Amino acid sequence: MKRKVLSAVLCGAMVLGAASPAFAAAGDGQKIALVGKSAGNAFFEIAAASFTETVEAEGGEVTVAYPETATADAQIATLEGLIGQDFDAICVAANDVNALQAVLEDAMAKGIKVSSFDSAPNPDSRQVFVNQAGTKAVGQALIDACYDIAGGEGQFAILSATSQAANQNAWIDAMKSIMEADEKYSKLELVEVAYGDDEPQKSTDQTSALLEKYPDLKVICAPTTVGIAAAAKYLQDNESACKLTGLGLPSEMIEYTGEDKSCPYFYLWDMQGLGKLSAYATMALVTGDITGALDETFTAGDLGEYTITEADDAGTEIVLGLPLEFNSENIEEMAKLY
Amino acid sequence: MKKNSTVKKIVGSREFLLAVIIAILFALVTFKSPSFLTPKSLSDMLKNNAVTMVMALGMLCVMLVGGIDISITSTLALSGMSIGMLLKYGHISGIILPFIIAIAIGIACGLIVGLIISRADVPPIIATMGFMYIYRAMGYLISNGGEWAGAAALGTFKDFATSTFLGINKVIWVIIVCYVIFFVFMKWARTGRKIYAVGSNAEAAQVSGINVRNIKLLVFSIMGCLAGLGGALQVSVYASAMPDMQYGGEMDVIAACVIGGVSMSGGRGSVVGVLFGSIILATIAKALPLVGIDALAQNMVKGIIILVVVVVNVILQRIADNNALKGREM
Repeated sequence: MKRKVLSAVLCGAMVLGAASPAFAAAGDGQKIALVGKSAGNAFFEIAAASFTETVEAEGGEVTVAYPETATADAQIATLEGLIGQDFDAICVAANDVNALQAVLEDAMAKGIKVSSFDSAPNPDSRQVFVNQAGTKAVGQALIDACYDIAGGEGQFAILSATSQAANQNAWIDAMKSIMEADEKYSKLELVEVAYGDDEPQKSTDQTSALLEKYPDLKVICAPTTVGIAAAAKYLQDNESACKLTGLGLPSEMIEYTGEDKSCPYFYLWDMQGLGKLSAYATMALVTGDITGALDETFTAGDLGEYTITEADDAGTEIVLGLPLEFNSENIEEMAKLY
Repeated sequence: MKKNSTVKKIVGSREFLLAVIIAILFALVTFKSPSFLTPKSLSDMLKNNAVTMVMALGMLCVMLVGGIDISITSTLALSGMSIGMLLKYGHISGIILPFIIAIAIGIACGLIVGLIISRADVPPIIATMGFMYIYRAMGYLISNGGEWAGAAALGTFKDFATSTFLGINKVIWVIIVCYVIFFVFMKWARTGRKIYAVGSNAEAAQVSGINVRNIKLLVFSIMGCLAGLGGALQVSVYASAMPDMQYGGEMDVIAACVIGGVSMSGGRGSVVGVLFGSIILATIAKALPLVGIDALAQNMVKGIIILVVVVVNVILQRIADNNALKGREM
């Protein structure tokens, strides 16, 4: 019995392998599932729309699925449901680094290509990860913003999402290691990393606690959309001398951004570009143009040529580019997009 | 002699015990952070907990008849998101109209919940669990699958939460007005007393001519009304509407009631108790980040404090009851 199943799987794999060169460089007839962290993430929606548009333009189709809650358990259930259907590839934004390994390995064993973007599962659970901007690049941009806004010295704090959020923790670690490695930042003092759990209420409590505990606090860096908006509102309403930077949505931040507002400038990556690049990478996996191995190259439509590089977690990734800066000059324009 | 017994009555009441707990908590937090007991800091705290405080009044009514409602933050998200999107796309503007719309949506939501519970006799926890999913999903649907209505999209509506009346923030006025209305309603209004009667003994209430079904319908509608108001407050206070707002927040509302001495089995609880209960919860939320506990441990500490307060409250209540009985013997 086992042997029969195995041979059937092998046959299937051979058929797929033989058939794929026929639609090289296009998404013709491909069925791709895109799995988000949870419904209602404005960032993800932009990337998902761009992902879907790109695949459809190439003749494929996309099903966007969301787990019921933003947990690994719920995401496993969603993925299990998808594996039973005949998808060619699954692109996932992981809710947990390690918890999805079994289900994603199962998917790959059944011949489904697995790519990932936004938030990566561990290297064994994926073929390739599409990264918004290298972790170091984000960390560098954030710490430089803190350095600049604080005037080169003084106290700053970080207001993050949850203490388990993989993205935020990676950026915060990058900020810390950059600070340690470079003498330039020696006069900057990171006093605390607070967690607002991406809830406005808790983020507000945490912001007011930071100001109360550290009266000389110069900058708060909030690398999360809900946190930065809540902190921006609190600082601006209280006319605080403490300034803000981080990662946020321009449409949420438009009221708070500018030289005389609570947030001089902040960052966000190009989510449209990320969705597009992820779509091309996933389609290339299905056609067999790439396998997710180091140093492979492929063409991502009008985005140009990309090379697969080594990720921080020793897996492979494709890096889109640097995060974008939003300030009083471009925020009106960008708020229409994000 | 009479004065003496009034003092005894106050000291022996559950609310007095809660007031003592609040005083102790305030003293501890002030010790850690001297600026806690300033008008600015207290006003911030009330404003940041306005949504929970207002909804706790509705939960009091629901719990008094022996029910529970876990759909309230979904109703909040639906009503808040509705006005957020209406404001964002320029269909409405100003302050009063969004409030009215949010409250109307909340009442409609609560009315449907109440009809299912009172007419179809579905247990409240099951019925509201269903609506918890339905209303939350509807919130996502009207947000086009997760759009936000940010500060810039809300126009003058968000100014409500930053403006003052007689020197007090308007959000806090909403809390005050709600608590005064409910204090009067629950203590002296005929309908308010009927709610207590149904919760104490539904059969006896039925026999004495109270329409138990209509009272149940009423309490869930009141709850919906306050959840709708909560939605408008949430959007105004945080100057943004998101479909996942207050996710899981119904537990804080229930906790505020339980701390305030509202019985899960109905019939027992007061407006003053709920006020104190929600202030205790608000103080804990404000104090935890100040004390410098690890983020993961904060929720554990919050849970422990809630349990300790409830247990202390129950023990002290028992002592007070015993004393009252002794007084009667004499």
